[in-house]
Amino acid sequence: MARNVSTQRKLLTTAAAWTIGILIFFPILWTFLTSFKTEAQAIASPPAFLFFDWTVENYFEVQSRSDYFKHFMNSVVISFGSTLLGLLIAIPSAWAMAFAPAKRTKDVLMWMLSTKMMPPVGVLVPLYLMFRNTGLLDTRTGLVMVLTLINLPIIIWMLYTYFKEIPGEILEAARMDGASLAKEIIYVLTPMAIPGIASTLLLNIILAWNEAFWTLNLSAARAAPLTAFIASYSSPEGLFYAKLSAASTMAIAPILILGWFSQKQLVRGLTFGAVK
Amino acid sequence: MATLHTRSAARLMIAPSVLLLLAWMIVPLAMTIYFSLLRYNLLMPGMEEFAGFSNYTYFLTDPAFFQAIFNTLAIVLGVLFITVVGGIGLALLLDQPMFGQGIVRILVIAPFLIMPTVAALVWKNMFMNPVNGIFAWLAKLFGLQPFDFLANAPLFSIIIIVAWQWLPFATLILLTALQSLDEEQKEAAQMDGAGALSRFIYLILPHLSRAITVVILIQTIFLLSVFAEILVTTNGGPGTQSTNLTFLVYAQALLQFDVGGASAGGIIAVILANIVAFFLMRMIGKTLEA
Repeated sequence: MARNVSTQRKLLTTAAAWTIGILIFFPILWTFLTSFKTEAQAIASPPAFLFFDWTVENYFEVQSRSDYFKHFMNSVVISFGSTLLGLLIAIPSAWAMAFAPAKRTKDVLMWMLSTKMMPPVGVLVPLYLMFRNTGLLDTRTGLVMVLTLINLPIIIWMLYTYFKEIPGEILEAARMDGASLAKEIIYVLTPMAIPGIASTLLLNIILAWNEAFWTLNLSAARAAPLTAFIASYSSPEGLFYAKLSAASTMAIAPILILGWFSQKQLVRGLTFGAVK
Repeated sequence: MATLHTRSAARLMIAPSVLLLLAWMIVPLAMTIYFSLLRYNLLMPGMEEFAGFSNYTYFLTDPAFFQAIFNTLAIVLGVLFITVVGGIGLALLLDQPMFGQGIVRILVIAPFLIMPTVAALVWKNMFMNPVNGIFAWLAKLFGLQPFDFLANAPLFSIIIIVAWQWLPFATLILLTALQSLDEEQKEAAQMDGAGALSRFIYLILPHLSRAITVVILIQTIFLLSVFAEILVTTNGGPGTQSTNLTFLVYAQALLQFDVGGASAGGIIAVILANIVAFFLMRMIGKTLEA
């Protein structure tokens, strides 16, 4: 730190930043707090902030009334499944493009990115009909397939930017030292590729977990992940704020934690390596 | 260094992704085009017949269509404006030395990680609800009439909700870009007597231009297709006041079962997205190469 900043100014910035930070975070905090209230307290006026009778009743209620765990597992299967499948397809491709680039590699990459520009409604009708006719509608398999395809360009791009940074000379050095191809892959490449693959995995699980166009349109009671399950609270009967909050808290907590751990990779991954 | 052998191996490794994406692009899109030329309603199976461009004329003369185009653009531009301006301001603030910067960063990023249905429902019920919402309570606190956001200003409310979700994204990217700005450059400018404003205009803004472009590009892709937020808050209404193109096509297909009409709408959405993408790519191509 070359600049000398007066303590007073630092305190002022701190106050401003914390105020704004807490304001932005407030809806999430409020959801979390509300999930521990009774329904009556949840709509009390003036609102109760911390001084209410804390209860975990809502969490059990959400589970027993609507089998929350089933939807949670759907989310897990769909987001992990589509991410792993996507990685399986993308790793060889990104690998080849990073280490054996051809003249048109850049064009292929740009084209892959451009597939993301197609609005999903452009293919909603045929996809819905295909799914209906083949029995894939409202199945986890169907959603895994669609989410894999949607996120494939992002996975390839992320992996590509990571692999690009592995220096090719290291491979040559290993080869000179007499390493076989198998050894080269196991001892040299894999350790260097793992951080990139891990960040890609993390980011893509976040994206798949929160995807809310295809999951809403192609699932119903059986395969609905949390995005669709929570949507069923849009026209509820009776008091429901506390239960909505409990369901929401459980739906967002795992991803919030994952996301906080991967802030740095988030930027890089979402901008396809354009901003690091 | 690449031999003929590795070259063909590389092709083999790339092939699955390319073929999958190609199929994903072309097969459904071709089907959408085909359906868009049919009179085809799911409630009347077996009655499909060729209809020429009537689905398109139906869609293009529907007043809801123009409303939807307007709403789509309003959402994209409104959210972009809020997130880019707010993001620059927030990034500048977070870049200053302060206590607990890491924690503030975590607080600010959080909304981006929230699934759209949760974000929209929390805002709709716990904040914007005219009876039980926090905003209603605040209004009463100041002696004002509570405002029914989603009934009286549906589009504005949706823009606010979506902007809340995307502000962290813009902030995070702009902050990362800011942090790569050379500290010495800032000092040099300061020593040469540049005030805060001229440092911002002549040093910081040009440095951020690439990041800003990236933010606009990526957000536009997602904002053109805002869906879940509309579905769970206003359901496109009242009337069609908050229906965007994505929602209009969805309603035509899955609520009216009009496969032909929805397909025509889908194709129009694809064409519009391509027009936007064309200009965006050109603009971005220029910045990214520089």
